[in-house]
Amino acid sequence: MNHIKKECVAMLLAGGQGSRLYALTQDMAKPAVPYGGKYRIIDFPLSNCVNSGIDTVGVLTQYQPMVLNEYIGNGQPWGLNRAHGGVHVLPPYETASGKSWYSGTANAIYQNISFVDRYNPEYVVILSGDHIYKMNYGKMVDFHKQTEADATIAVLEVPWEEASRFGIMSANADGSIYEFAEKPKEPKSNLASMGIYVFTWSKLRKYLIDNENDTDATKDFGKNIIPSMLDNKEKMMAYHFDGYWKDVGTIDSLWEANMDVLDPKVPLDLLDDSWKIYSRNPVMPPHYAGASSRIENSMIAEGCEINGMIDFSVLFAGVTVEEGAIVRDSIIMPNSVIKKGAVIEYAIVGEDCVIGEGAHIGERPELIEDKSQWGVAVIGHHVNVSDKAVAPPKAMISKDI
Amino acid sequence: MAGMANVLGLIFANMHEQTLPELTKARAMASVPFGSKYRLIDFPLSSMVNSGITQVGIITKQNYYSLMNHLGMGSEWDLARKTGGLHILPPYGREGSGMYRGRMEALSGALEFIQESNTEYVVMADSNVIANMDIKPIIDFHDKNGADITCVYGRGVYTAERAAVQTVLCVNEDNTVYDVLARPAMSGEMNVALNIYVMRRRFLEDIIRESLCRSLYSFETDILQHKLHDYKIMGYKYEGYFEIIDSMKTYYKATMDIKNRDICREVFSLKKPIYTKVRDVAPAKYGIDCSVKDSLIADGCIIEGTVENSVLFRGVKVGKGAVIKNSIVMQGAVIEEKASFIDAIADKEVTITKNRAITGTIDYPVYITKGAVV
Repeated sequence: MNHIKKECVAMLLAGGQGSRLYALTQDMAKPAVPYGGKYRIIDFPLSNCVNSGIDTVGVLTQYQPMVLNEYIGNGQPWGLNRAHGGVHVLPPYETASGKSWYSGTANAIYQNISFVDRYNPEYVVILSGDHIYKMNYGKMVDFHKQTEADATIAVLEVPWEEASRFGIMSANADGSIYEFAEKPKEPKSNLASMGIYVFTWSKLRKYLIDNENDTDATKDFGKNIIPSMLDNKEKMMAYHFDGYWKDVGTIDSLWEANMDVLDPKVPLDLLDDSWKIYSRNPVMPPHYAGASSRIENSMIAEGCEINGMIDFSVLFAGVTVEEGAIVRDSIIMPNSVIKKGAVIEYAIVGEDCVIGEGAHIGERPELIEDKSQWGVAVIGHHVNVSDKAVAPPKAMISKDI
Repeated sequence: MAGMANVLGLIFANMHEQTLPELTKARAMASVPFGSKYRLIDFPLSSMVNSGITQVGIITKQNYYSLMNHLGMGSEWDLARKTGGLHILPPYGREGSGMYRGRMEALSGALEFIQESNTEYVVMADSNVIANMDIKPIIDFHDKNGADITCVYGRGVYTAERAAVQTVLCVNEDNTVYDVLARPAMSGEMNVALNIYVMRRRFLEDIIRESLCRSLYSFETDILQHKLHDYKIMGYKYEGYFEIIDSMKTYYKATMDIKNRDICREVFSLKKPIYTKVRDVAPAKYGIDCSVKDSLIADGCIIEGTVENSVLFRGVKVGKGAVIKNSIVMQGAVIEEKASFIDAIADKEVTITKNRAITGTIDYPVYITKGAVV
């Protein structure tokens, strides 16, 4: 098959388990976790690609890929059902010499060198499916071209006290990176890597092969590829990003990132027509706010039927909240039912759950004396909570109670 | 039993526009916005798709830009198909065809498309009925009765004013149609045609050719009435929820009907959904001190005021202290701070400025035309 050359191909690492989301990633990979009332996390990098003019995207899957595969489908919701390029799901595969899982981020790309080669690109953008942000990768590729870099790494200034949680770049005034430290105990800079890289493909290709031949390497971008490129004095540039960017790798950060969509002060505008976030839309009628509903400060998706009280919450498509139920400071994922009189506070309820009558999930922090006992309560996907059952703060429920 | 892939669907996009002049001024009947995020064509089209029909032709006449924009390639209805799928059939599509006067002339313009569909049956529908209808039992009924034409009707109580824009069927106990009344000025309980007709494709082709050479153009008059005794014409009673949109009043009523939970669950069944164009807007946002009761709200709305007994389309903004009651507000409209909008219909992108008060009556809701700033 004759492939039309693409200047730029994106590779999206979507195989991660997201183990710190526990019950929420038991049966789906982290990029498939619902976010913001109608999205899944992967909608952000996919929409960013399309809005940036990148029409060829490889999505590397491994952990629990079913939900993600079905969700991406032929890529039509993102306009990625293209005759040339488009979105391709790339799971690990068996070869004549054996079979191997993706053993690291670099290894995952290494195993798909032939996919990238088919489009003969100048540049490859490496992305992850772990973050909520809007970013024009096209501008970053332009920066990479203008500075004639071999690798460009998107960086964000983070508070110094948090710097040791990230991969930290030290850069000169011209943006060239001279040092990189993965989660340093004593950070020398507060420029954190966002896990977004632009590489000149011919360069990266060589480093991927060398890394693969190094039996000691862990086959990881942060641990191997970036340090060895630095060691070899390749031109590496830091690309500054100052917009909204949120890692949603933990229960607390997922909860916070959802609450951010309710906060007008947070610079993440989901209604901006010039940079739409696309998603596979549920086919449901508009939502219905009933005669006894009281809804304030919340985001409500289509197909919901609300007869209870909702405050500071995000309700995904098809959620039912019966009379007398109260949902506060919580996230209710698609198609869950909150029965009469149930109370949900500071909680995340997964997809297709039923919370029984009078059940109580989570608790307000001001009612807990020992703050170390307080945290967001989580009900995993497809869980039934029986009438009057109680799930305390910090609970992590993945089986019916 | 007929396989539904063997049925061609035809939808008339412009019929009955005279009954809804305000809403069809700049758009086809089929693309009149309805029910918070839909267009009228979504109902017959989704009914056909959910019934297993895979080939649909949309017969248009004028004002069809917004309709084409809505339908695109038909992928939202799963009709972007390698074979069959969705086809828009504008007038002048064939040599000798032109601006049609009636259904038969319109069909003659689509004759080639009908022939090439190569299906056994054809189901025709208009865009003025709100229903989620399973077509399969109608095809089976047609087949079992060996009918030439099956007319779908609904039974209901109508005023003379409403009956005067309908086709009314008189049906025997054996379901044969024994009289067809076009636009009768009568009132009471009657069988009103839902303008959904089933025929064998070859039969339809024959009557199209015959009508063409005799310069007959009306299906209701020239076929149903004049050929009543030549053809076997049967009536199929539709028992589900339906509403015929034949005036601003019924448009308003049908909109309020679908707020009713039972009607909503029937018409927007999750197993047989009504499909529509996807617009990729974020879910609706409710602000501080807002109050929303008994209302349907689409994605993209930002609500900071009061909304009661109303239907809001996508991207409607309700400012602080604004009040919307018993109203329909279409896509992108803005009701500014402290404005009130009661017993009224706002078309797309209307702005009701600060402190303004618009009040109609439930019987005759005020209509504000597309894009107006009040």
